[in-house]
Amino acid sequence: MSLLLIEKMTHFFGGLRAVHNYDLEINTGQLRGLIGPNGAGKTTIFNLITGIYKPAEGKIFLDDRSIVGLQPHQIASEGIGRTFQNLRLWRHMTVLEHVKMARYSKLTYGLIGAFFGTRKRRKEEAENEEKAYHLLDMLGIRHLADQIVTNLPYGAQRRVEMARALTIDPKILFLDEPTAGMNPEELIEMMEIIRQINKELGLAIFLIEHRMKVVMELCERIQALVFGEVIAEGTPEEIQNNPGVIDAYLGKETVG
Amino acid sequence: MKFFLQNVINAVQWGSFYSLIAIGYSMVYSILMLFNFAHGDIFMVGAYIGFGITTLIIGICAASAIVLPNWLILTLIIIISMFLTSFVGMFVERVAYRPLRAAPRASAAITGLMIGIVFETVILAMLGAKRVSFPALIPAITFNVGGVFITNQKIIIVLVSLGLMFALHQFIKRTKWGMAMRAMSFDFVVVPLMGVSINTMAALTFAIGSALASAAGILYGIAYPVLDPYMGIKYGWMAFVAAILGGRGSVMGAALAGFLLGFIQIFVAMIFPSTLRDLIAFSIIIVILTIRPHGFFGEAYSARLRL
Repeated sequence: MSLLLIEKMTHFFGGLRAVHNYDLEINTGQLRGLIGPNGAGKTTIFNLITGIYKPAEGKIFLDDRSIVGLQPHQIASEGIGRTFQNLRLWRHMTVLEHVKMARYSKLTYGLIGAFFGTRKRRKEEAENEEKAYHLLDMLGIRHLADQIVTNLPYGAQRRVEMARALTIDPKILFLDEPTAGMNPEELIEMMEIIRQINKELGLAIFLIEHRMKVVMELCERIQALVFGEVIAEGTPEEIQNNPGVIDAYLGKETVG
Repeated sequence: MKFFLQNVINAVQWGSFYSLIAIGYSMVYSILMLFNFAHGDIFMVGAYIGFGITTLIIGICAASAIVLPNWLILTLIIIISMFLTSFVGMFVERVAYRPLRAAPRASAAITGLMIGIVFETVILAMLGAKRVSFPALIPAITFNVGGVFITNQKIIIVLVSLGLMFALHQFIKRTKWGMAMRAMSFDFVVVPLMGVSINTMAALTFAIGSALASAAGILYGIAYPVLDPYMGIKYGWMAFVAAILGGRGSVMGAALAGFLLGFIQIFVAMIFPSTLRDLIAFSIIIVILTIRPHGFFGEAYSARLRL
């Protein structure tokens, strides 16, 4: 049984076919990559799966349950966590607040509890904080817990976003260009974190990436997307040697 | 000096009405990036609901010969009216704004104005154009503090307003819903990915804003016991100005600006002929907004949300 199964997903923007007959199968613990030139439809695929857009056609199953047509918050609760290409943090909230907010749907105390500090609230808040700190530790940003996110360096902000996505206890994590804009040092750290999340939490990860080095080193299987269609799928070696992929990235070889 | 202090007290009372209404504008703006132009009329409907509940409770008490203390009656009226008016707010959100969430902001603004007209017309049709007078709940007692006259009504109005604002502040600061509202005010697209429903949060925000507007309506009824179907336009727009002045989306900014607006109006009327009051008061506000276009606590950032 596969964790995430997508069959023949198609989507249009107006008359433009953004994604065509997209198939994907990811199992628990797998680390998968999606590459493609700008505008190939990579982020659109993320948006379709996470419910921000509704696919025109096709099936999406998470743990054998169809999630097509569910609201984004329901899909998140089903177990898909995600980060964004351009950071989407809540300016002026602290790192700890980001992680606590992400556990919103796990808090069950009511209004009375919130105002009068019942035992249930204290217990839940304590658990919430413990869990939050654990994640911050894992991502190496515990010492920044009380910092406002806008004051943090870019690399740290990316980690906050990842911590937030992990807080909802996802079954699969979608990372949209997790190393975009990072310097080489931050890049290596981020790759280490991604590996660690994958190993320690046994979490499936599906990532979009522009930097070939990152995808090729991290992912066990890669899909290459061009104009909304998968032109190649396979191991890093297979993708690197695929003539179609080389064409898409470097342009067609012309006989001179 | 006595004259000055007298006016301070009046200004604080006016500020309370403006603040309670302005908070509703600001909360909705902060999470959905739209101004609910029906909010002034929700204030009006809230005042009428308060009027209805008051009449009902006084009637029941008279019929069954139960003597309830006035403070208890007032508390009951405020709580019941706030509760009922919150449904008016949720109704407006569901009917007027939710279907238009992806539509251009101008469409939502126009729909809001139309909903306001619908409310005015419904009240007119139900009760006629005649003004209704709010039953006197609290017999006025005037205290003379060193030559400055304070009525018990003014004290109650200001205390209830401040109490509600404090409760709201605690709600935003301490509860998970408050935290979700803050998060939404920074970036609402990501909030559903944490398993939070935007629709639930929108309904809750409208409910809270409307409940506060209803409280403002009842307090207004205590101070000026005459209600008419068009009161929402006048005070609604004043409160809207306060919300802009406080900084779009800043709840505490709106509350403070509401009081500031009260002060400006009262003190302009103290110095100049009262017919020039709004002319001068709003000229001052235009100058303030020229200097600080984002209001006092507003943030200069692009309101365009993209994925």
